[in-house]
Amino acid sequence: MKLSQRGLRIAVAAAVLALGSVVSYVAAHAAAPDAKVIKIGAKRFDYTPGHLTLKKGEPVILEFSTRDVLMGFNLPDFKLRADIVPDKVTRVRFVPDKTGTFTFLCDIFCGTGHEQMQGSITVVD
Amino acid sequence: MAHRIDRRDFLKLAGLGGVGVVFASALPGVALAHDQDDFYFLQLSDTHWGFEGAPNPDAKGTLRKAIRSVNSLERQPDFIMFTGDLTHTTDNPIERRKRMSEFKQIVSELKVETVRFMPGEHDASLDNGKAFQEFFGATHYTFDHKGVHFIVIDNVSDPRALIGDEQLAWLAADLGQHAADAPIVVFTHRPLFDLAPQWDWATRDGAQAVELLMPYRNVTVFYGHIHQEHHHMTGHIAHHAAKGLMFPLPAPGSQPNRTPLPWNPAEPYKGLGFRSVDADADEARYAITEYPVVKA
Repeated sequence: MKLSQRGLRIAVAAAVLALGSVVSYVAAHAAAPDAKVIKIGAKRFDYTPGHLTLKKGEPVILEFSTRDVLMGFNLPDFKLRADIVPDKVTRVRFVPDKTGTFTFLCDIFCGTGHEQMQGSITVVD
Repeated sequence: MAHRIDRRDFLKLAGLGGVGVVFASALPGVALAHDQDDFYFLQLSDTHWGFEGAPNPDAKGTLRKAIRSVNSLERQPDFIMFTGDLTHTTDNPIERRKRMSEFKQIVSELKVETVRFMPGEHDASLDNGKAFQEFFGATHYTFDHKGVHFIVIDNVSDPRALIGDEQLAWLAADLGQHAADAPIVVFTHRPLFDLAPQWDWATRDGAQAVELLMPYRNVTVFYGHIHQEHHHMTGHIAHHAAKGLMFPLPAPGSQPNRTPLPWNPAEPYKGLGFRSVDADADEARYAITEYPVVKA
């Protein structure tokens, strides 16, 4: 079978797209099998649970949701943050690389109790 | 020279002994010699009008006492700048406007004619500055006074603690009109640098503002938000946080939570106050004097 030049270009483009999709899929799921999913509910003005204990080097997926207003999750010691958008699930992959207890907080001003909206993560060996 | 008043004379004129003085200049400890172009302004911050609670049993009286202290200064400042959190936050938009109206009425008792305002997150973050603008006007702006260029940056109307691309472009355009050695004073509510991100004492894109300011050799930043005196350098740019006028907060990162420090009946109003800033425009030097709410 003889492909025209235009047909060849389309075939190559399709192959690249397909390969890209496979690579994206692999990249997205490579870490998934051993990553524990932890669901965290956010509402004005706290997180549930408000404290987590994690193991150093062990990947987790933090899965945030809220039915309230736009909020934030900020874990400054690991330079990790995300918006928590109402009625959507926000997933944050996190691999703690140091031990200790670290504060996370809402960094989007969400109302009268905003300044008390925080939690903590303890990372152990 | 008729207008030449040294720092000691000024404090004497102010009638307030025993106040703290910080010389915010490249040559610390050098008293400012005043000429007719020199001036001073006051920074009042974090009045949190509407707050009620144990950290300040005189919540309704503290601001009025501070105003009386300001009005008692023999030499009045050229202007007063309120650096945000004029009111304490409320989820109720009607109550928010009531607090702003009351605050505006109270500060109208100041003798100084020129009083400027900017919002804090308590004033502006729940409605993107809408109520603030109804009562006090623009949330970011510039003005010039006796050779000093003042820039008011709004890092609170976006509840994400962002200045935002649009305002950063505005800042860049404004700075572009000035020489690299122009004396520039910046007012913000939140710190532009990461003072204590775990307490939300930061501006998410503050580093971009600092980067824009960095080519200018004579920049000084005055801000509020943290309810205490604090001094920090980013390169050659000095950042000075002011005390509040409702409740003091703990030193950055000194405890797990940023809860107000308790009121001490033996030392009422401790940790609260306002400051004067003596400007020597020619040298771009600023002498800071801290004042208590009431005379000791």
